[in-house]
Amino acid sequence: MNPPPGIYDTLELVARDLYIKALQDIPTDVRAGLSRGLEAEKREGHKTAAGIMLSILTNISVADEQQTLVCQDTGLPIFKVLVGGRLSLDIARLKDSLRKGCERATSERPLRSNTVHPLTRTHTGTNSGRGIPIVKLEFVSDSDRIELHMAPKGSGSENMSFLKMLNPSDGVLGIKRFVLQCIFESGARPCPPMIVGIGLGGTSDVAAALAKEASTFRRIGTRDPDPDVAALEAELLDQINQTGIGPQGLGGATTAMAVNIEWAHTHISQNPVAVNIQCWRGERAVAVIEADGRVVWT
Amino acid sequence: MAEHVLEPPLTEADVRALALEDTVRINGTIFGIRDATQIRIFDEGVPPPADLTGAVCLHTAPGVKKRPDGTYEKLSIGTTTSTRMDRFVPGLLAQYGVRAIVGKGGLLQPSVEAMEKLGGVYLAIVGGAAALETMQIEAIEQVWWEDLMPECLWKFRVRDFGPLVVAIDAHGQSLYRNVQERAAERIKQLNAG
Repeated sequence: MNPPPGIYDTLELVARDLYIKALQDIPTDVRAGLSRGLEAEKREGHKTAAGIMLSILTNISVADEQQTLVCQDTGLPIFKVLVGGRLSLDIARLKDSLRKGCERATSERPLRSNTVHPLTRTHTGTNSGRGIPIVKLEFVSDSDRIELHMAPKGSGSENMSFLKMLNPSDGVLGIKRFVLQCIFESGARPCPPMIVGIGLGGTSDVAAALAKEASTFRRIGTRDPDPDVAALEAELLDQINQTGIGPQGLGGATTAMAVNIEWAHTHISQNPVAVNIQCWRGERAVAVIEADGRVVWT
Repeated sequence: MAEHVLEPPLTEADVRALALEDTVRINGTIFGIRDATQIRIFDEGVPPPADLTGAVCLHTAPGVKKRPDGTYEKLSIGTTTSTRMDRFVPGLLAQYGVRAIVGKGGLLQPSVEAMEKLGGVYLAIVGGAAALETMQIEAIEQVWWEDLMPECLWKFRVRDFGPLVVAIDAHGQSLYRNVQERAAERIKQLNAG
């Protein structure tokens, strides 16, 4: 079926507003995770950590009241778009609309631009460029809606990304050791308390993409339906918090608010593990464009 | 865990009096520096155009808007990861007399040693808490090296800037190092179990 009239203009406006909303309005599950962190630090008597958690929550309130950005890092824009399979949509134009939306957010709000050439380090000035925004597409059968998830991924946490092609014989123990090593090496740098995303299986690139999905697009408190995977999520969250790295790496009970694992089947002779970290702000925003053109913000 | 209010320029005695996990709030002037600022100072050998004696330097690249009169309006000012700029810290202290670095993510052992030897401290701010930080920065008073935008040398006027945590003191102590040592020990036990 045909999409609602003016869909490409709507996509551009929604992309612009999603970028700004994600930078200003922290998701409810992340707010709840941070509040639990503050309570945990108070309970354990970690005065410095409790002070940090309080500053984080105050900062979120200030951003709410003044409609300012939570963090100065406007990130690299990432969109995950779930396109209804019944829609006849020009995907090249959809991507173009998302790029224009990022550019408009950057010039109209205005936002700091972070996009540079990887060799010359020359700024584009638009938060767009070659391969930016990053657009991940999925198609949903029997649907005529477009669901847009947006995350402006910050750099402090993104620089803490890891991939290891373990041996099958390293098993689950090898996976756990590798994850703990990654958390240790990251220390204070990714702005803990963090959300730890783990990608298991697939090929190397798939594992990395799954880790990003797990850190950036999954809600805190959700569990993988596979009981073995869910058990590993819970066990790793407990172990990571036992390290005592704590908020901002200055010690405490809340190093991570969540450990999320996404997985794919893999080759008999492979055991790929990727780790991607999201900082405490857990920035993301979601909007749905219904078949009649209405935009629903969730 | 004492609480201090400081007004730069700071003396050696000011920073030697601070202990790990004390909290600090700053009134007055602080300078903003980032990767490109310090590459110019140290790798290209261009001395900073402002007197940094006793200065407090913040690791930042602010989001700003230029006004028609050439001054800058603050939009979003937050703190970036200090570890990336660790190699510049001993030079800032030894050559230019900087007394405090405000950042997030911490500094490495050579900086800890330079702070002990020369009298300097590292004050941890909450990374990502830019809404709060921007509110505590009253004005952008001066900007040098605009060609490096946004990684210029910035002079900010601040009020009640903090709370900052003394995370590396002027006596060779690092809270980051203490936390990481304990974490390494715990991970060893977890891996063995």
